[in-house]
Amino acid sequence: MVVALLALVPLAYVATYATVIGPVELWQLVVRPRILDLLGHTVALSLSCMAATAALGVGLALLVERTDLPARRLWHGLLVAPLAVPAFVNGYAWVSIAPSVHGFRGAFLVITLSYFPLVYLPVVAALRGLDPALEESAWSLGHSRRRSLATVVLPQLRPALLGGTLLVGLHLLAEFGALSLLRYPTFTTAIYDQYGSTFNGRAATAMAGVLVLLCLLLLLADLRLRGDRHYARVGQGAARRTVPIALGALRWPALLAPVLVTALALGVPSWSLLHWLRVGTSAELPLGELAGAAGTTVTLAAIGALATTAAAVPVVWLAVRHRSRLSTLVERSTYVANALPGIVVGLALVVASLRLVPAVYQTALLLVVAYAILFLPRAVVTVRAGLEQSPVVLDHVAQSLGLTPLQTARRVTLPLIAPSLGAGAALVFLAISTELTATLMLSPIGTSTLATEFWSASSELRYGAAAPYALLLVLISVPATVLLMRQERLAP
Amino acid sequence: MSSLTVTGVTKVFPARGDGSRTVAVDDVTLHVPHGSLTAVLGPSGCGKTTLLRLVAGFLAPDAGEIRFDDRVVAGAGRPVPPQTRRVGYVPQEGALFPHLDVAANIAFGLPRDGGRADRVEEMLDLVELPRDFAGRRPHELSGGQQQRVALARALAPSPSVVLLDEPFSSLDASLRESTGRAVARALRAAHATGLLVTHDQSEALSLSDQVAVLRAGRLIQAGSPADVYMAPHDPELARFVGGATSLPGESDAAGTAATCALGRVTLSQPSSADHLVLVVRPDQVVLVADGVPARVDDVSFYGHDAAVRLSLAADGTALVARVTGPSAPSVGDTVQVGVAGAVHAYPAPVHD
Repeated sequence: MVVALLALVPLAYVATYATVIGPVELWQLVVRPRILDLLGHTVALSLSCMAATAALGVGLALLVERTDLPARRLWHGLLVAPLAVPAFVNGYAWVSIAPSVHGFRGAFLVITLSYFPLVYLPVVAALRGLDPALEESAWSLGHSRRRSLATVVLPQLRPALLGGTLLVGLHLLAEFGALSLLRYPTFTTAIYDQYGSTFNGRAATAMAGVLVLLCLLLLLADLRLRGDRHYARVGQGAARRTVPIALGALRWPALLAPVLVTALALGVPSWSLLHWLRVGTSAELPLGELAGAAGTTVTLAAIGALATTAAAVPVVWLAVRHRSRLSTLVERSTYVANALPGIVVGLALVVASLRLVPAVYQTALLLVVAYAILFLPRAVVTVRAGLEQSPVVLDHVAQSLGLTPLQTARRVTLPLIAPSLGAGAALVFLAISTELTATLMLSPIGTSTLATEFWSASSELRYGAAAPYALLLVLISVPATVLLMRQERLAP
Repeated sequence: MSSLTVTGVTKVFPARGDGSRTVAVDDVTLHVPHGSLTAVLGPSGCGKTTLLRLVAGFLAPDAGEIRFDDRVVAGAGRPVPPQTRRVGYVPQEGALFPHLDVAANIAFGLPRDGGRADRVEEMLDLVELPRDFAGRRPHELSGGQQQRVALARALAPSPSVVLLDEPFSSLDASLRESTGRAVARALRAAHATGLLVTHDQSEALSLSDQVAVLRAGRLIQAGSPADVYMAPHDPELARFVGGATSLPGESDAAGTAATCALGRVTLSQPSSADHLVLVVRPDQVVLVADGVPARVDDVSFYGHDAAVRLSLAADGTALVARVTGPSAPSVGDTVQVGVAGAVHAYPAPVHD
């Protein structure tokens, strides 16, 4: 319960603030030309990026999963790899070597390249989960391969595709670093500027309110989709793979697509990073600062990961073992909080802590709370998968053999969910390590993490100095990407 | 081991969204003598698993009493929690602890002092598994082996009662029979008092000392397998347990025989009613030289025997005959049928 309440703090903040300001003034704050401008920017970028990632994700997934493209396994790995490059690092990489990449076109390019794996991955998972017998039945009923792709396969991909696209939307609404570097103002960057320059709580809150509405809209769409999503494959046994579609003469030209995407999404950032590393090391490499920032990051991330996983356990326990309307609500409420951008969570915690418990403002405690709110769903999803592996019948057996509930938890449940607890904590650890927005707003003065150091260097156009931090950030993200790839369902 | 006595037990599940209450177990009274195995038989949804969970203590009854020998475990005051009831529980899929090997699974409910290893070997012998299985993990065992380990785990702490919840239903047909027999042997060797829940009538009849038939939460009949098979409580049970066919018949003046579409048959018990419902089991329908003519509609050939579906030439009454495999007729043949042995009869329901 406490966990759920905590997770709802940001939402409550926006709601109460909106009522305190009053509808009239709120309306005036919202319908300023500036806000409408931002709204136009945000919606235009969201819609175009969602469309582009959907097209790119499905196209590449079909190409890699269903055709005889050369070296398909290699391409699969390379197409997931952009997830390991945080979008703000990607933005930095592009803008630092090609200053002309900015504004809408720049943002569109960088965001699409950073986020298309969010569509690609679930679609590939869905394709792999499809029972080949479905397609085989369609062929035997006289549909050509091409036609059965449209009549049987694509409809089955719809939930994965829409889910992935909505995820892109949510990520984009929360994106701050990349868009700020690319000088494309959206609500998130404007809130940050407002907060940083004038500390204008009301204007920032009004914008946060609109942003939250947009996020909730996407979340509602996602929940509706999840409601009627069903597993495509119910039978047992190992899934067969369908016979790949022969591309024939197009086999080699088709390679161009993944080559181009990989070059843009991976090649450019890598080249840019290496370039700036070379240039940067001509000056002195600040090993001490680097180690200090890395140390702080690891400490914060470790504490945050422990706290978040500990908070996830009771939520999952209630949701899985004591399924009721209330426990589902508790679980769902943590997801709502996750749809909120880091900027809103940060803002809400700043205001709430100043109002209610000023002592914790500017402390690491508040930052850890923000991390827990932001990343709780990742831990919940992982721990939940683990607890579902430990069916309640095992508890019954243990009880019938004379164990009290507490002994049962220690000797049966805990050993069974330990791996998923570890995986959940690791995922949260890695997510915190590369978190930028909330860290910038909430970290105690004088605290420098890899992300904040990278940010201060790159936003002051000291590209060479930023490079080593960027490299470390990418390296930290790699294991998280591998873990995510293993999860069937991507955490929202 | 102790005997199990269930007296007037009722369990009602609360209203769901549509306001309907479900009476899962309705005033059931049953006695399982010390060291014997009782099968609770019924179609799915009849409340048999609920009854088992009530005995195990995972559920508390709304009315009635459950006793292990003279110890009341549910009914008076707070029910005894499952961990102190000392029941052995073998669930449907075995549910071995996946993080423990076979030995640790079997020793799970044993006290931590010495003698655990000896007891594990003893149990492996009892369920007829080789001793070197002790180090295996559950996923390295076949389904039947997992069930045997689950039974060994349940029996290791010498429980008062062993409860088996459809333990063989997840096994394929060939394993089901051999595992079932091995489990029944192990239970007998351990002198265990057992309650076996199943929907498979041949499993219930072949493994148990007593069969208790449950329908819609109510106990219809409890008796020896032979009783339940030969003298079922009503025609519906006769169809369920023996696959019998019901025929209308008229009793003669003495009430010891009756006339029906199959001619004159002897009754297993004298009846005072004029109008009767006769139940004829497939094993009672025989192909004879001079009987009632019937047409063969369908033959299911099983090798050792065959089920022959017939319709009587006179009025089209459908019948099933079980004959030895080699003697099975072909579809479309006309054969002569008669009835072997005495037939069980019920007074016909009165229509107005």
